[in-house]
Amino acid sequence: MAEENKVKLHGMWASPYVKRVEIALKIKGIPYELVEEDLVNKSQLLLQYNPVHKKVPVLIHNGKSICESLVILEYIDETWKNGPPLLPQDPYKRAKVRFWTSFVEKELLENVLLVVRSEGEAQEKAIKVVFEKLNLLEEGLKDLFQGETHHIDGENMGILDIFLCSLFGAHKAQEEVLGVKFIDPEKFPLLSSWLTASTEVAVVKALQPSHEKLVMVYQFLRQKALQPSAAEVEVKEGVYVSSLSRSSAF
Amino acid sequence: MAEEVKLFGKWVSPFCRRIEVALKLKGVEYEYIEEDMLNKSPALLNYNPVHEKIPVLVHNGKPIAESPVIMEYIDETWKHNPILPVDPFEKAMARFWAKFIDDKFWALWPGVKKAMKSGGEKEREEGIEEAQLHLNALETQLKEKKFFGGERLGFVEISASLLIWIVVSQEVMGVEILTRDKFPALHKLTQKFVDDDVFKQCVPPWEPLVAYFNAELGALAASKMKNWL
Repeated sequence: MAEENKVKLHGMWASPYVKRVEIALKIKGIPYELVEEDLVNKSQLLLQYNPVHKKVPVLIHNGKSICESLVILEYIDETWKNGPPLLPQDPYKRAKVRFWTSFVEKELLENVLLVVRSEGEAQEKAIKVVFEKLNLLEEGLKDLFQGETHHIDGENMGILDIFLCSLFGAHKAQEEVLGVKFIDPEKFPLLSSWLTASTEVAVVKALQPSHEKLVMVYQFLRQKALQPSAAEVEVKEGVYVSSLSRSSAF
Repeated sequence: MAEEVKLFGKWVSPFCRRIEVALKLKGVEYEYIEEDMLNKSPALLNYNPVHEKIPVLVHNGKPIAESPVIMEYIDETWKHNPILPVDPFEKAMARFWAKFIDDKFWALWPGVKKAMKSGGEKEREEGIEEAQLHLNALETQLKEKKFFGGERLGFVEISASLLIWIVVSQEVMGVEILTRDKFPALHKLTQKFVDDDVFKQCVPPWEPLVAYFNAELGALAASKMKNWL
């Protein structure tokens, strides 16, 4: 492949934001080189490619860098038109998908992180907010799908599906660490079946870190927020997690 | 089929103004409905049940909410006079910088409001400092960007008109936040929204806007500020 056409992704194994981009690249069948970043010792290249935020993910294509996971996903969809589409064709359907993707990012993700980083009454409150938001999303999905079955597989996965499973793909780890099951199948049947379908997709499964590693990530994030003076965590299998200690949400 | 386009908004909101600019640039006829955010209409609540906020665009009965989502919808539905670049990379850059500007604005606005409250000189100074910290980030990032030359009114420029709301605030308060010597590139850009005939349409009429801020300032001072921004 010519140097200009090469695709590189600067990422970090524990980052759900990076996961989104990897899923999209794999769905589209785009070969890429993954550059694993140590977020304590960020590479010169990363700082050069993302001088504004100095964060991952960063996609490099044709020597040019694109940052912010949602911006990257839209770029991927517009550049590689041959693979499965990440967004519908119709402008109104696209608007609805974008609306709910923004909702997952701003309203859900932020509040789930709040649950991770709090305890006691503050955590109870945050959990309540997450359930309220999930309620809204469940209703929104009914409108979005309009009675049709939303089919998800390796050929048929869009940005909203990707955003959702990048947040709740780790639901088992979340349940273990936080003691709360967010996507309760009784309360949120649509969301629950949707999440199950998304996480079953081969590409998503292959990219998912092990349950143990995810538990470790959530425990770490929680510990960092609640006991900031705690020592860095060194994990078996030589996984270098101490890089998480000095990163702010990757 | 006859097009029916409605925009639910608030005339002082920069996010609603953006949508109007986009529609005008495309030559799309629309009906504008002014919303009282303390007394939201049933129509608004029906069209945006999730956030109950403006702007909401309704196109042939179909509602779209969230200003970036609406902007993209407008560009994709009425394809002439594109607001976003056509090239995917340039488009990605436009989306990135528009989001950066929005994020920085929300980060600095509490500082501006703090300075607007008459909590005392110290609090005012603190507010200004906080706001300027984020303006610094904007100035540093934007001054080298060629698209920010403001030659043509595009997606990023329309988003950047948000900064005028700082200019109005400081005029009303009689303080200096976004100054020419500290922020030359930003100042140059904000001047365009005051002077240039095309860029001007991104901002509501100046005198009524100043009057509105003056009234809000009085309400802020009395800690009765409505949630207008």
